[in-house]
Amino acid sequence: MLSGGDMLIRSLQEEGVDLIFGYPGGAALHIYDAIFRQDKVKHILVRHEQSATHAADGYSRATGRVGTVLVTSGPGATNAITGIATAHMDSIPMVVISGQVATDKIGEDAFQETDMVGVSRPIVKHSFMVKHASEIPEIIKKAYHIASTGRPGPVVVDVPKNTVDPMETFPFEYPKKLKIRSYTPAAKGHSGQIKKAVSMLLKAKRPMIYAGGGVIQGEASRLLTELAQTLNYPVTNTLMGLGAYPGNDKQFLGMLGMHGTFEANTAMHHCDLILAVGARFDDRVTNTTSKFCPNAKIIHIDIDPASISKTITADVPIVGSVDSVLSEMLDLLKEAKDTPDEAALSDWWKQISEWRERHGLYTQPRYNTGGDMIMPQDVIKTLYEVTNGDAIVASDVGQHQMFAAQYYPFKSPRQWINSGGLGTMGFGLPAAMGAAFAFRDKDIVCVTGEGSIQMCIQELSTLTQYGLPVKIICLNNQALGMVKQWQDMVYDSRYSEIHYEDSLPDFVKLMEAYGHVGIRVNKKEELREKMEECFAMKDRVVFMDVYVDPTEHVYPMLVAPGGSMRDMWLSKTERT
Amino acid sequence: MRRIISVLMENEPGALSRVVGLFSQRGYNIETLTVAPTEDETLSRLTVTTIGDDHKIEQITKNLNKLIDVVKLVDLTEGQHIERELMLIKVKASGAQRAEIKRCVDIFRGQIIDVTSTVYTIQITGASDKLDAFVQSVGDAAILEVVRSGVSGISRGEKVLSL
Repeated sequence: MLSGGDMLIRSLQEEGVDLIFGYPGGAALHIYDAIFRQDKVKHILVRHEQSATHAADGYSRATGRVGTVLVTSGPGATNAITGIATAHMDSIPMVVISGQVATDKIGEDAFQETDMVGVSRPIVKHSFMVKHASEIPEIIKKAYHIASTGRPGPVVVDVPKNTVDPMETFPFEYPKKLKIRSYTPAAKGHSGQIKKAVSMLLKAKRPMIYAGGGVIQGEASRLLTELAQTLNYPVTNTLMGLGAYPGNDKQFLGMLGMHGTFEANTAMHHCDLILAVGARFDDRVTNTTSKFCPNAKIIHIDIDPASISKTITADVPIVGSVDSVLSEMLDLLKEAKDTPDEAALSDWWKQISEWRERHGLYTQPRYNTGGDMIMPQDVIKTLYEVTNGDAIVASDVGQHQMFAAQYYPFKSPRQWINSGGLGTMGFGLPAAMGAAFAFRDKDIVCVTGEGSIQMCIQELSTLTQYGLPVKIICLNNQALGMVKQWQDMVYDSRYSEIHYEDSLPDFVKLMEAYGHVGIRVNKKEELREKMEECFAMKDRVVFMDVYVDPTEHVYPMLVAPGGSMRDMWLSKTERT
Repeated sequence: MRRIISVLMENEPGALSRVVGLFSQRGYNIETLTVAPTEDETLSRLTVTTIGDDHKIEQITKNLNKLIDVVKLVDLTEGQHIERELMLIKVKASGAQRAEIKRCVDIFRGQIIDVTSTVYTIQITGASDKLDAFVQSVGDAAILEVVRSGVSGISRGEKVLSL
């Protein structure tokens, strides 16, 4: 016989949950008492509920497992909202357990009461409200199943205090099997469609493989790489998909979209066939949809039918898990009598090489390297070299995020952790923290800016408590850089509310106050040495406050509104 | 184009708000909405009429299907179907108007279900455009109150929407 609270924690144990990120409070106290009386599930005490969700999210992105969050009712629940929305936009599996006032108080504006199921409704995959303690095991089983299958996403379980009352006990049995009659996520793709797609792939003269976060979520990176290399077709990744295809491979054209490479965006515009895998034709990718890839036929593989033909109509839609569809494609390719059109493909690669030579980010520096200032691009390049390209890099949101996406070629999936869809400033540090719990032996880096870091900076204290040696690389340009870039480009450099340089904290002293190490870098020639020093301190949190050129912009940048994918700014003065 | 989407969903608290929320969240239109439990009390049947082009309707049905509470759905307007709406309408009925209204109710095959010396309360069922026509015939000046149920629909023939 177990109380509801004990059943809840036992159910988490049954699901194999090892970590819960959370913050206690009144309505969650019974659950916290149940946590105290066991030692299988470890609770991580963060400093703000938003960080609990970002940390669980970072943990999930790094490991592929479901992230678990526990918060109290009212402000605890509403503070978690930003993190839930972040996970929802990027399809990250997460279960958020929120305390709630007792059932007989619901609707009475009780202390710390918020309609969590209602508030979170548009940003969750599903939600549950526990009505009786006996439902808890089944609800938890369902929550983890729904969060982790199909197109993953966050699930909220709202738990009224009386349903976890320690005085009321019930027999506990964790359900072995689960059947939800209204939930049957697609598994295999339609064989006829897959056949058609393969024959189109083989006929293409200027093909592009456009792969997104779905390849990472669907654990299909190896299959995607095999397919691309079997065909020798060029590959581009979305911001969410970086690492799905090895970033250093010669077939990789870099990221596409708003700050994608010249070669990736131009090749997309001129291609005659797009194989879209686990990507959703997001507006940061397509630019003006009516001008999107005018000559391309589109094959779109996605597990979520609602992602297909949402913004761009697919010629061959394939609903299914990317791994099963890609492996079926590979089988068909092995049996196929046709082979890719070698002559056309060779011309296509020649054209792509020419684009790479002309404006590619990796053939030569496309930014000012002669000045005295440290260039943000060089910071990321140095980071890449010092970490041998093996670090797990979590990023905040802004220019530094784009520089990291452009200049740190990720070798493998789950190495790059960033808020792509929602673009949540403050995500980086707690997400890095979540990843650090999962990988104690790897370099865990948070690439941030002096703006973003201040949005969840309180987690420096959590890093102290749990001894997580995260390395924080702050590209300090003393302003909200990405906003500034837009104000430069669109608002005649009218800098509205982006400056705070006189009130920035002394980050080095701040780090010391938390028991960490702060290193300020403002000389170009010291960058590499200091970076090496930073990563040599294996068991310390180190914050590198790197003063970079405050006038630098991120390029390429798609011309919007009204532009196509080939319309890009390549520098402040040069456009295609 | 006007469409009638009929949804079979779990009869659970919160299910309706998820459906309605989806429409407002994604900027879809709800013209009418009706919902009630079916003969199987674990299921509710919801009928929504909406307006949109084929692309929008496809997105609406796909997104409805994604909701965990939605078991099955059908766009009734894709095939032969029957639609009905119930209207209760209270109209002024005094003097010469009284007989005129009565005639009008008969023509539309409605029923007068409550009477006072000055007011008729009329019940009338049919497709929405028939109810519109009745409202128009009676005229704004005579109408005191209109209550419409929203559209319910069902496929013709042997096609059924069930588990």
